[in-house]
Amino acid sequence: MSIHLALEIDGAGSHPGARGGLPDTEAVAVAEAAGFALITINDSPLSPSPEAGVRASHLARRTRRIGLAPTLHPALTEPFHLATQLAALDHASQGRGAWVVGAENSAAAHATIGGKPLSDDALRREISDVIDVARLLWDSWEDDAVIRDVASGRFLDPDRVHHVNFTGERFSVVGPLITPRPPQGQLVVIAAADISDKSDVALVAAPTIDELAARAKQTNVPRVFAEVEVLLGEDRLAELDAREPWGEPARLRFAGDAEEFRALLATLDGIVDGVRLHPAVLEIDLPRLAVATRRGPVGGPTLRDTLGLPRPVNVFAGEP
Amino acid sequence: MTTHRLHLGLFFTGVGPQLLWSQPDFAEHTHIDTFVQTVRTLERGLFDAFFLGEGLRVRENRGRVHDLDVAGRPDAITQLSALAAETERIGLVATQNTTYNFPFDLARRLASLDHVSGGRAGWNIVTTDNAWTGENFRYGGWLPHERRYERAAAFVEMARNLWGGNRVDTHGDLVDVAGSLGVAGNPVLFQAGDSPGGRDLAARFADAVFSANTDYDKAQAYAADLTTRLEAYGRTRDSLKILPGAQVVLGDTAKEAAEKADWIQREQTTGPRAIAFLEQYWNKDLSGYDPDGPLPDIEPAEGELDPSRGTISVEHRTGKLERIAEWRRLDLSIRELVLHVTPRHNTFVGTPGQVADEWARYVRTRAVDGFNLVPQLLPGSVEDIVDKLVPELQERGVYRTEYEGRTLREHMDLA
Ligand SMILES: Cc1cc2nc3c(=O)[nH]c(=O)nc-3n(C[C@H](O)[C@H](O)[C@H](O)COP(=O)(O)O)c2cc1C
Repeated sequence: MSIHLALEIDGAGSHPGARGGLPDTEAVAVAEAAGFALITINDSPLSPSPEAGVRASHLARRTRRIGLAPTLHPALTEPFHLATQLAALDHASQGRGAWVVGAENSAAAHATIGGKPLSDDALRREISDVIDVARLLWDSWEDDAVIRDVASGRFLDPDRVHHVNFTGERFSVVGPLITPRPPQGQLVVIAAADISDKSDVALVAAPTIDELAARAKQTNVPRVFAEVEVLLGEDRLAELDAREPWGEPARLRFAGDAEEFRALLATLDGIVDGVRLHPAVLEIDLPRLAVATRRGPVGGPTLRDTLGLPRPVNVFAGEP
Repeated sequence: MTTHRLHLGLFFTGVGPQLLWSQPDFAEHTHIDTFVQTVRTLERGLFDAFFLGEGLRVRENRGRVHDLDVAGRPDAITQLSALAAETERIGLVATQNTTYNFPFDLARRLASLDHVSGGRAGWNIVTTDNAWTGENFRYGGWLPHERRYERAAAFVEMARNLWGGNRVDTHGDLVDVAGSLGVAGNPVLFQAGDSPGGRDLAARFADAVFSANTDYDKAQAYAADLTTRLEAYGRTRDSLKILPGAQVVLGDTAKEAAEKADWIQREQTTGPRAIAFLEQYWNKDLSGYDPDGPLPDIEPAEGELDPSRGTISVEHRTGKLERIAEWRRLDLSIRELVLHVTPRHNTFVGTPGQVADEWARYVRTRAVDGFNLVPQLLPGSVEDIVDKLVPELQERGVYRTEYEGRTLREHMDLA
C-alpha cells in the first residue's frame, strides 16, 4: 500500500466526546514507528496548547524520519516571522518541515493583534500573498550563497542573496530572509483545497467517497490528501456520542475494525495520494491505527523525498 | 558573608565580525549540529544560559548584502525549542524586539518555549527601532525612536499579565490586545540597551541585564546607576543580575594569550573589513583605497550614518563629520585607525588562572554578577572556556560545581 499517512496530533481527538490526549513526544513516536509520513499540529492563538511552531521544532530533535507540520495563520502574524520560523524548523529537522496554512479569521483571534476579521475574499488574497512571500523568502538565499573565500575575505556572495521586494495587498517585505535556504529548498506547503491552490499538498474534506473523488479530480495541486476521521472499534461510539454527539460529518468519517479500515485505505489509494487521519480519541485510536496500518518507518530523509515531491528550483538562481 | 558566584551565558551572535570563519576547523555556524554541540558543551560547563541574538534584516553595505562577516540566523524561539530537546538544564534565551512583534503572539511563543523546556526560557528584550529593519514588516517604521521604550514597557507589562493567567483588554495607540493565553509561563526577563530609557525599563521589569559595560570602572558605575534606578521602583540591587558582554582569549602563558588576542583582533579587522567600516561613514565606494595607506582624501557624502550594518547606539548616529575630522588628525593607516577605534575593551586576555582571578574580583565586589560571552572561534572558544576557565573559577569558589536547580530562574538565584 503506498497511500501516504498523515496524523493530526493536537487535542484529545476529533470526536467532541474525546478526553485526554497524548504528550506530543509519545504521539509522534507511535506515528513515526507506524510509518506515518508526517504529523500536523492544529493551532490558534487562543488554543490551550503551546504554540504549534514551538511544538514542532521541539519534536524535530526527538524524531528522525517523520515530517512535522505546524499550523500557522497568515492573517494573524508577520509574514517575515512566519517564513523565518518555518525555515528554522526545516533546518532543525534537517529537511522534515512543512506548513499547514491556517485560515483562522475569528474576531477573538484578531483581537489578539488589535485587528478585525477579513472578508472571505480578503482572507483568501492575504493567504495567497503570504504563501507567495514565504516561498520567495525561502529562495532568497541561493543554495551556494556561502562561499567562505579566504583569499578575498568574502564569507558570502552578495549576488546570491536577494532582496525579494514583495508588495502584497496588505503588506510589503524587502528581504532577504535572515536564514539560509531551508534544506528542502522550500518547506512542504499544505492547505485546504478550498483555501488555496498554491500548496504542495491539498487537503480535501468531503463526507462521502464520491464527493471526495469529484473534489480530488478538480484539485490542481501536486499531492491531494483526504481528511478522514477514524474510530477503530465501533462499540465505543455509543458511549462517546452519549457524552457529546459527533454531529454531521464535514469530512470522511470511518468507524469500524482494522480490516475494514485497511479496505478503506485501499479504496482511497486510487483516489488520493494520502490521507490525514483525525483519530476520534487520540490516546485510544492512535495505537490501534499503528497496528492496523502495519508499516515500517518511511524512507525520507526529507519530507519531500517521502512524498516524492521534487526540491524546488530557486526562482532567483542565475539572477544578478 | 555570602559568596557571590558568577553566572555565565554564551551569546551566539550569528552575524558580525566577532566570529571568525576563515579557519579550516570553523564549525558551520548555521548548521543545527553546531548549535547542538555548542549547547551540550555549555551544559557540561554548567552555564546558566545560551543566548541567541536577533537582527531582522541581513546587514548591508551601501545597498548590497554585506559579504565579509558571517551571516545567517535561525528564528530564535524555534531554534531554542529544538535545542530544549537536546539539553536538560541550560537556560535558553531568545533576543526578541518589542517593535516588530505582536505582543500576544510573542508572549505566547515565549510561554511555549518555557513550557517545552521545563522552565528554562528567557527573553532578552530589545527595541530595534530603525525603519530599515521595519521594511520587512507590516508596520514598517511605525514607531518613532522616542516612543519605543514606551511601547516596550506596555508590551512587557502585558506579557507578564498574560503569563500570570490574566485576561488582557488594552486598547492604546501602542498596544492593542484582547485575549488570554492558554499556556502559562514565567520566562526570565533580560534587557539589553544602554540609553536612559533602556536602563529604566531594566529597573522596572528585568530580572537581569545584558550590558555593554564590561571594563571594571564602567561596570561599577553602571551597577551604581542601576541600583539608584531600582530604588525608584522599590527594588534592590539583589533582585537584578548584571551580565556584561565579554570576549575571552586564553593561553598557557600570558604572552601566548596576548599574541592570540592580537591575531584574533587583526583577523576581525581584515583590510576589506576596514574599508567597509569607513564606507559606512563616507557612504561612498572606497574599494580603490589601500587599507594599509592613509585615510581617503575625498570628502564623505552628506547625511548621517547608514543604519544598515546593524544596531548603532544613539550617540553614534550623529556627528560623523566631527568624528572623521578627529580621525584624520590621528594620522593612522585605514586598518590601524579601525583597530584603534574598535578597541578590545570587552576582552579578557590571559591564562585561565589570570582571567579567573580578575572575574573573581568583579563578582566579589558586585560590579557584575556574571558575563555573557561572545565566541570568536567555533568550537574553539567554547571548549577553551568550559575546559580551562571553568575549573579555575570553581577552584576559586566563584562558580557552581553542579546544577542545583532545574529552571533558569533557579540557576540565576531569582525569585
Ligand atoms: C549587550 C547588548 C546586546 C544587544 N543585542 C541585540 C540584539 O541581538 N539584537 C538587537 O536588535 N539589538 C540588540 N541590542 C540593542 C538594544 O536593543 C537597543 O536597541 C540598542 O542598544 C539601542 O537602544 P539604547 O538606545 O537603549 O541603547 C543589544 C544591546 C546591548 C547593549
